[in-house]
Amino acid sequence: MATSSSARLERLALVGRLWPWLFLCALVVFFECWSQLRVGRSFIGSLYNVQAILLAASAPLMLAIGQTFVIVTAGIDLSVGFIMGLAAVCVAQFLGLGGPGGLSLAIALVATIAVCAIPGWINGMLIARLGVPAFIGTLGMYGVARGAGFLAAGSGMTVPVDHAGLAWIGTGWTPVVITGGLLAAMHFVLSQTRFGQYTYAIGGNQQSAARAGIDVRRHLVKVYMLCAAFAACGGILYTARYSAGAANAGESLLLDSIAAVVIGGASLFGGTGNLVGSLIGSLIIAVIQFGLIFIDVNAFWQFIAVGAVIVLSVLIDQAKDKLGAGS
Amino acid sequence: MIDTPLLEVRGVSIRFGGVQALRNVDLGVRAGEVVALAGDNGAGKSTLIKIVSGVYTPTAGEVRLRGEPLVAGDPQAVRARGIETIYQDLALADNLDVGSNIFLGREPMRRLLGMPVIDRARMRAVAGEVLQQLDIHVPEHRLAGPVRMLSGGQRQAIAIGRAIWWNAKLLIMDEPTAALGVPEQRSVMALIRRLRDEGVAILLVSHSLHDIFGVADRIVVLRRGELAGERVTAQTDGDEIVRLMVGDTYADTRRAH
Repeated sequence: MATSSSARLERLALVGRLWPWLFLCALVVFFECWSQLRVGRSFIGSLYNVQAILLAASAPLMLAIGQTFVIVTAGIDLSVGFIMGLAAVCVAQFLGLGGPGGLSLAIALVATIAVCAIPGWINGMLIARLGVPAFIGTLGMYGVARGAGFLAAGSGMTVPVDHAGLAWIGTGWTPVVITGGLLAAMHFVLSQTRFGQYTYAIGGNQQSAARAGIDVRRHLVKVYMLCAAFAACGGILYTARYSAGAANAGESLLLDSIAAVVIGGASLFGGTGNLVGSLIGSLIIAVIQFGLIFIDVNAFWQFIAVGAVIVLSVLIDQAKDKLGAGS
Repeated sequence: MIDTPLLEVRGVSIRFGGVQALRNVDLGVRAGEVVALAGDNGAGKSTLIKIVSGVYTPTAGEVRLRGEPLVAGDPQAVRARGIETIYQDLALADNLDVGSNIFLGREPMRRLLGMPVIDRARMRAVAGEVLQQLDIHVPEHRLAGPVRMLSGGQRQAIAIGRAIWWNAKLLIMDEPTAALGVPEQRSVMALIRRLRDEGVAILLVSHSLHDIFGVADRIVVLRRGELAGERVTAQTDGDEIVRLMVGDTYADTRRAH
């Protein structure tokens, strides 16, 4: 009796670990069946659909990469959406400087990331040095970056840009490949390096990490700068794709980025989560959004569906913790 | 037993603002000896161990290890000299596995395609080794999981094992049994005895007379920041220690300061 119940617990724990994968598969199967039955076409067998889903996933995923590091340290960064917008405007402005041609692409990209690392640095200093709660500190930066983005955009809401090199970055599979490459690199950093290990240790117990000789404050500043840099990359991809920078480019992506990390199994209390999870979380959101449009459901249903999935994922996470504590 | 103490605290005083937390305290611990630091709440026990571990800088006096003065106010340097402190909260990262906790902040690295990566295989191997050395049995799958899943006694053992692995000559333990059940208290006490037999010096802070009389060779009692007395465990009893801890209340009311 005891062995069979512990085997059951282990099976449940396995399902708990794998549920984002299972859920993603279930979603794909659902939309595939629907598509076959109603329109007689394949949903996932179409390269166009796959590309559209991956493109839709890559924007929040870019923000989610940095957000994962922040959430693993038991923090949160609410400013990524508008830092992304600031970056979208900056890269357009930098490339436009001095008329047609402007700055070279490489300099414009580096300058954009450098400018956007500043709000990240301020976030980190507020939280790590001055002890401001992450929620409040980055909420302040949400407002500051928002204002700065619109001011940088000047009179219009958007800054058009005409640059062949930048446009190439935003064409076809390129944004997907760039996001995938950065994701793989940061997965390596989080799972294999001291930087990643200290990120988990700080999220697990900040005081223990400090006693072990880890420079917690410095590390947190780096993490928030990293997060802002990925928001900047998101902004660059936006401007590349739409040939115009907009200060509100990332407004709707903030919550998607947090949702992707949470659906991927990270706890907002810190110490857990990884980038494979955040990838799955982003894909789940993108499949729901694209799939519901595909089967011609009113677009507003997607918000309801994504909201339900967030709550469901947290409930499963809590159940998992109870199982762990009980066994 | 060697006669020169491994650790010597000489005439240490410390003042926080207007409060004299410690006044002219002396203390010695030899290798292979367990010294218990006893005293009522606010007697200055925690302050004293924080001075020894380098967290606080005393206003007067000094701490020597093997006759060499320690750099005050530098916990990392003190640790490098072989003094490890195990606080009540154990300073474990509960979300990490045993190996990660043993190596926390000092991870072993290996090269993967020319890039330095954490050597997890080695951390796992050492984790098994350390626990075996302490005679603590943790099932394989628990060893790889977060230490949050382990019992209080096992977590205490990991904190001790970490200190020993990094070659601690002196182990300072702050209330090691306070959060444990009775069987676990016993296993921690047995562990302390075994470490002493292996030549580790142990400074034990405890409220529990039972623990103190169970493992300590000598008992040093603090009262209101001053040395109230020092006894060899075999030549004293609980009543005398309690008297030293709380003092003669009548005498205390007369000696107002």
